[in-house]
Amino acid sequence: MDAYFSAAALIQASYLLTAFLFIMGLKRMSSPVTARSGILWAGAGMLVATLATFFYPGLTNFPLIIIAVIIGSVIAWSSGRRVAMTNIPQMIALYNGMGGGAAAAIAAVELYSGHEQTTAGATLAVVGGIIGAVSFSGSLIAFGKLQGLIRKSLRFGGQQLLNLLILAVALVLGGMVASGFNATPAAVTGLFAAALLLGLSMTLPIGGADMPVVISLYNALTGLAVAFEGFVLGNAAMIIAGTVVGSAGTLLTQLMAKAMNRSLGNVLFSGFGDSSGASTGSAVTGSLKPIEAADAGVMMAFAQKIIIVPGYGMAVAQAQHKVWELCQLLIDRGVTVRFAIHPVAGRMPGHMNVLLAEAGVPYDLIADLDEINAEFETADVALIIGANDVVNPVARNDKSSPIYGMPILNADKAKNVIVIKRGQGAGFSGIENALFYLDNTRMLYGDGQAAVAALIAAVKSV
Amino acid sequence: MTGIVALYIFMLAAFTGYEVIAKVPVILHTPLMSGSNFVHGIVLVGAMVALGSAGTPLEKSIGFIGVLLAAGNAVGGYAVTERMLEMFKSSGARGARGGKDGKDGKDNKGAAAAGTH
Repeated sequence: MDAYFSAAALIQASYLLTAFLFIMGLKRMSSPVTARSGILWAGAGMLVATLATFFYPGLTNFPLIIIAVIIGSVIAWSSGRRVAMTNIPQMIALYNGMGGGAAAAIAAVELYSGHEQTTAGATLAVVGGIIGAVSFSGSLIAFGKLQGLIRKSLRFGGQQLLNLLILAVALVLGGMVASGFNATPAAVTGLFAAALLLGLSMTLPIGGADMPVVISLYNALTGLAVAFEGFVLGNAAMIIAGTVVGSAGTLLTQLMAKAMNRSLGNVLFSGFGDSSGASTGSAVTGSLKPIEAADAGVMMAFAQKIIIVPGYGMAVAQAQHKVWELCQLLIDRGVTVRFAIHPVAGRMPGHMNVLLAEAGVPYDLIADLDEINAEFETADVALIIGANDVVNPVARNDKSSPIYGMPILNADKAKNVIVIKRGQGAGFSGIENALFYLDNTRMLYGDGQAAVAALIAAVKSV
Repeated sequence: MTGIVALYIFMLAAFTGYEVIAKVPVILHTPLMSGSNFVHGIVLVGAMVALGSAGTPLEKSIGFIGVLLAAGNAVGGYAVTERMLEMFKSSGARGARGGKDGKDGKDNKGAAAAGTH
């Protein structure tokens, strides 16, 4: 018994340390200056908890545990190190789904084995299991959509009713299992089948543009599921870490939805988020005025202040490295250069910052919408690259436009606007961009990377 | 752990999570989501306990999958978060100008955190 007691005390102490490291890690991750060290703190916490758990009293099946840990780690590590920065959002979805699946697996083991004697414990196992399973299958769909494996958004009448029905089936089976009324393996299987189906049918109708919010929500749900399974196992580290992620993730989901100008209810239940083809707003009058790279380069070389507005198109064209090269040339000439990032510039809020950071752009040159919008009036040049709807002034004043009311970057207020664009198409939402037709706007046509390379050559030759 | 103590922990942890994130700037939304995704990888310890107490082949198989998925959550979450945050640098700290790739160099530290099991 003595050995058991000391092992248990060691584990409790390690979990306490882990909880401390996690919370400090998350705290540090919420500021760009300390963010890098935050993940190291949290990583240390994970390591401590994992190692301590090997001393868990009465633990068996060591070979299986070690093999599973190694397989899971190797697969995740190699995929996580290799994935392109543009594909980060779907990888987060994938790893999050794995966590949800693990929480559901814990619940399944507990319920199939009948270890859980109390009704309260069984209820928590069931609820955590349902949430985990929904998060698992839902996150996999989110991954599939962002990865381009699932292109269609499945929608039909009565879809919400069907989801409600599946949820009801899961809850009724869960109630029967938890109360001990019908705690058979068949009921447990049915419970998990219904929960997995619910995750699928809830996520399939949601369009790709709304996926970041959905992933963030599933992230919070996985946290909650982990906390519930922590209650079942009497594991304080799981309760604390799961709950912290559950509440932080809920807040983050709200912040993201707000940054994208969408409400959470709207995302989940309206079946929108693809391009809406219904209304494209009033027609835009005027003409597009092209400019040569040489002239644009001279204009930028002699400017005092330039604001660059990057969009996802820049990342697709892999032009961010060239853009930063151009910036450095301009900075060396004494030009003030800043980046203006719209919340939906990348695939999820903050994604564009990651892509720019990858190219080497320091984060203090990067400003978000609220910070920089007043500065466009003092800018000599606004360089738009790969962005479209987020700089479309019709969002401010054309009530018939589908993007009316969306916060935009006031690039049109700059003295000169240069738009790098592949051709004369409409934006992601299919709306003509009034900015392109303004008197102070010039269009620089071409592939993003090639156009910026031409600008670099032009600035160098000045 | 008694039920009421567990509820106290739950409540305090919920407030903590909210407060810790409350003032986060938009530029860190993606890394922070990834970071919190990593933190719930703590489900790994629960999955280890579940597999460690599994008896029947069915329980063992489910437990095995659980540990595998949980390890993937923890390690994958760490890998992508660390990669992203490592790239965030201020103007003062930008060493090699025009450096294209921030992903090399720190791999060893991360590998140590993931591969010690």
